[in-house]
Amino acid sequence: MESLMEYGEYIYSVPSKFAFELSLVAFAVWMWKKNLAESNSTRKMTDQEKAQILANFTPEPLCDDIPEDHYALNPRIVSGRIGKRITVNGKDCLNMATNNFLGLSDRPDSNEKATKALRNYGVGSCGPRGFYGTADVHLELESRLAKFMGVEEACLYSYGFSAISSAIPSYSKNHDVIFADEQVNFAIQQGITGSRSTVYYFKHNDPNDLERLLRAQDERDRKDPKKAKNVRRFLIIEGIYMNTGTLVNLREIVKLRAKYKCRLFLDETISFGVLGATGKGVREHFGVPNSEIDLIASTLEHSISSYGGFLCGSSFLMEHQRLCGLAYCFSASLPPLQAVVTLTHLDVVSEDPEIMEKLRENCKKMQNMLMEGLTHLRTDSHPLSPVKVLVLSEAEDRVVAEEKLNAIVTFAENHGVALTVFRRLPKEELLEHPPSIKLTVSSLLTESDMKSVVEVLNEACSQL
Amino acid sequence: MGRKATDERIILDSSIQYQQQRQSEKNGFDELSRGDLKYLREGHFPEDDFEPIPWLMYYATIFSYFVLYVFGTLRDVTRRLGLEKVRSQIEEHRKGYPALYKSFDAFYTRNIYRPIRDCWNLPLLSVPGATITLRDRTSDNYNWTFRYLPTKTTYVNLGSYNYLGFAENEGDCADQVEKCLESNGYSLCSSRHELGTHAEHREVESILASFLGVDEAIVIGMGFATNSTNIPTLVGPGCLIISDELNHASLCLGCKLSGAVTRKFKHNDMRHLEKVLERAVCYGQPKTQEPWKKILIIVEGIYSMEGTIIDLPRVIALKKKYKAYLYLDEAHSIGALGPNGRGVVDYYGADPNDVDLLMGTFTKSFGAAGGYIAGKRSLVNYIRATSFSFAYAASMAPPVARQIIASCRQIMSTSEGEQRLKTLARNTRYFRKRLKQMGFIIYGNDDSPVVPLMLYLPSKIAAFVRDLMDEKIATVGVGYPATPLTESRVRFCLSAAHTREMLDMTLECIDKVGDRLHLKQSVRNRNTSEEILY
Ligand SMILES: Cc1ncc(COP(=O)(O)O)c(C=O)c1O
Repeated sequence: MESLMEYGEYIYSVPSKFAFELSLVAFAVWMWKKNLAESNSTRKMTDQEKAQILANFTPEPLCDDIPEDHYALNPRIVSGRIGKRITVNGKDCLNMATNNFLGLSDRPDSNEKATKALRNYGVGSCGPRGFYGTADVHLELESRLAKFMGVEEACLYSYGFSAISSAIPSYSKNHDVIFADEQVNFAIQQGITGSRSTVYYFKHNDPNDLERLLRAQDERDRKDPKKAKNVRRFLIIEGIYMNTGTLVNLREIVKLRAKYKCRLFLDETISFGVLGATGKGVREHFGVPNSEIDLIASTLEHSISSYGGFLCGSSFLMEHQRLCGLAYCFSASLPPLQAVVTLTHLDVVSEDPEIMEKLRENCKKMQNMLMEGLTHLRTDSHPLSPVKVLVLSEAEDRVVAEEKLNAIVTFAENHGVALTVFRRLPKEELLEHPPSIKLTVSSLLTESDMKSVVEVLNEACSQL
Repeated sequence: MGRKATDERIILDSSIQYQQQRQSEKNGFDELSRGDLKYLREGHFPEDDFEPIPWLMYYATIFSYFVLYVFGTLRDVTRRLGLEKVRSQIEEHRKGYPALYKSFDAFYTRNIYRPIRDCWNLPLLSVPGATITLRDRTSDNYNWTFRYLPTKTTYVNLGSYNYLGFAENEGDCADQVEKCLESNGYSLCSSRHELGTHAEHREVESILASFLGVDEAIVIGMGFATNSTNIPTLVGPGCLIISDELNHASLCLGCKLSGAVTRKFKHNDMRHLEKVLERAVCYGQPKTQEPWKKILIIVEGIYSMEGTIIDLPRVIALKKKYKAYLYLDEAHSIGALGPNGRGVVDYYGADPNDVDLLMGTFTKSFGAAGGYIAGKRSLVNYIRATSFSFAYAASMAPPVARQIIASCRQIMSTSEGEQRLKTLARNTRYFRKRLKQMGFIIYGNDDSPVVPLMLYLPSKIAAFVRDLMDEKIATVGVGYPATPLTESRVRFCLSAAHTREMLDMTLECIDKVGDRLHLKQSVRNRNTSEEILY
């Protein structure tokens, strides 16, 4: 009795606690009811029945069989260093397939610096950033990247693919809304899946379609204004689309962003170090101010020819990333020697912006040659894009088209040009992409190199 | 290969156990799973240890959070009144937008994490070996920002995952990596499916497969991504994942991305796992009651926050009984466990082919970066063809691959490698036993080189880490959200590179600090006079 009174007094003194306890009890009762309902619907089984079911249970095999001639099981083997030339299956070829747009992948000074870093830090960092995995070169690289991009802060990832796919779920949660271009690359698609947000894809590079979707969202929000107050809107685009080589219509999209109060995430996987006078990407190319874009993601595995990826933007966003970016917090940091290589390459690019100019020149020249010279292939890529996506000009059945493209690549390889079919996982992708060849342009190419590539392509096509 | 056991006792025990288990498989599973579940382990493998939190400690911890909450709120009020300078970042140019972050998270970061932020992220200036050199830093504004000083300090390193001591900048591995850098460069700028398959990848994959004793293996540039980009290729809608409740974030992300239903079982609790499995098989998918297409069990070898070792023989038995598949993440156990360093499979003497997918990372024992998946040929081929990382992400850099080849070779076939395994096992037992003798509450298995020492109170994280820093010892404090709210802890990672002198010095300091912070909370009987042999 006394204890009961004590309890009464206690309730009286801390009402919020009482409310909390009451809600706990209510929750427990609810769970119990729910469990009861569940166990009623799934009736009890005897041990015999269980054994019977287990004996009859035949799960699917864990994996499908992959045919022996699948391209992934018979990869072409690269050996030695890669640069303007590449050794494929022991044969020296002109490199038109790897993403080292600025031709930085074969520099003796970077090698020297990497070796020096190796002799100081070893290879692995043996820990995530928080637990003694932050080397001074990581910090240096982050501030260098921020300066390069002209933003407040940058956040380094140890894998390009993980940067954007980890960033999206750390900001966008399950009741938020994402608007994304339908051609976004696979890493973004994974990030969107991971966020569990509602997603609307707009037609590729089509601001009108985007506006239609945004209006529809406004309409929905008007019906439930209370909920809408907490629904964040994210807009996700790429600078140059990896899948198509097209350039984003940034100015229009930025207008819509402001009008409909979205936050804008921009993936510069291809355009970083390529577009803009100092290599800042599409933002610089279009002259869009920093305040319009909330977060920029890019890889360091393409034009910078190193390893890893990064996010950059305001400190307000980056700080959150350092605590909540899953692939940032729960993974070992980038090997310091790779950070050193990146630093060296950023210096090279800043000191000599000419090489980016040279690259853009080459991209345009290549585009012209492809547009004018190609007989059986065509491209819709932007002239400034270092990635040219070549499709067969006549529509073909998928299997036939793939065979033809493979034959072209093999022919080219035999004639000293390394190309690659654009590899995707059709089953996993959002859209179906026509089979294509991915041709990459680098600043090291000369005019005659590019001419010879077009010639080889045409020859290959005529052999089909 | 075919090396003599480094610790004959372990091998012997494990093979006896495995025989027993094989026998029981033949006799029918009931004996194993329904009978006395304990018998397999008796006397052989150390049990996972979870001494419960002393009740006084529990209430003290709750109270401590209450105090932190009150002070945090007070400071928020003073900030709002303008008595204290607001240093948090605010979002510019986005007025009138829904707030980007939840307010609780921001409160926690601002008022609880921020004041003790100096315990993490110290900049590393050297190789993370047995000792570590860190840049000194200081803060003029209570850890809101740091100022880096020109000075540096060297600490004994109990924080890095350098189990076998391969974080080195000289010696055979580093020499080989240097040569590789010279001849193969530092990056390939392409994916494995396009033109990024280098001769070095071939070599590392074949050597890894023979090290693990399976048909084939593949390597991927990041350990985290190895999980998050490959689990979705194996299971999808209509499939069930049964995952240990304490699985790593990368595994959870992989589960989430796969679209399969995920159910959890209590950490390393085989009875509960069996219950979940039985329910899954007998009742099928919710609503439709159709049988699951596949059931995939996902567990880790060593759990990095608890120091526990998975009860693998039992998991294998259950997986076979219920026709499920098994995905084993050996991130922390590969190299660190087993007489031949082949991880938890080797530790128990199990057959690697009983595990469908062996996954692991190179960031720990191998002192490199990246992850692998190994198993039967058909399965690895399937992953080769469908892995997201192979299709869309850059392939592993040649020097990193070379570090793996060099360290793997050393473990497999040199006496130096053997020595490393032995030293790690000895360091582990010695260090754990000594700590327990002192009366600390230590979680996990006596054979696990991850040693969590329980602090409980969140404020003790900073006190402990700072005190040890003053003694020139670097450790890792972990609190919420990486652990449950009331289970803040400090974690030591042992390494083959540690010498006995280092360990003794460290133990002495921990002893002192433990007394000062009242950490010796164990109520177990212990023999304090027994001398623990190294
Ligand atoms: C169980 C587990 N899996 C995966 C990882 C990720 O590995 P990595 O650091 O190589 O990305 C970790 C690392 O902490 C881990 O503990």
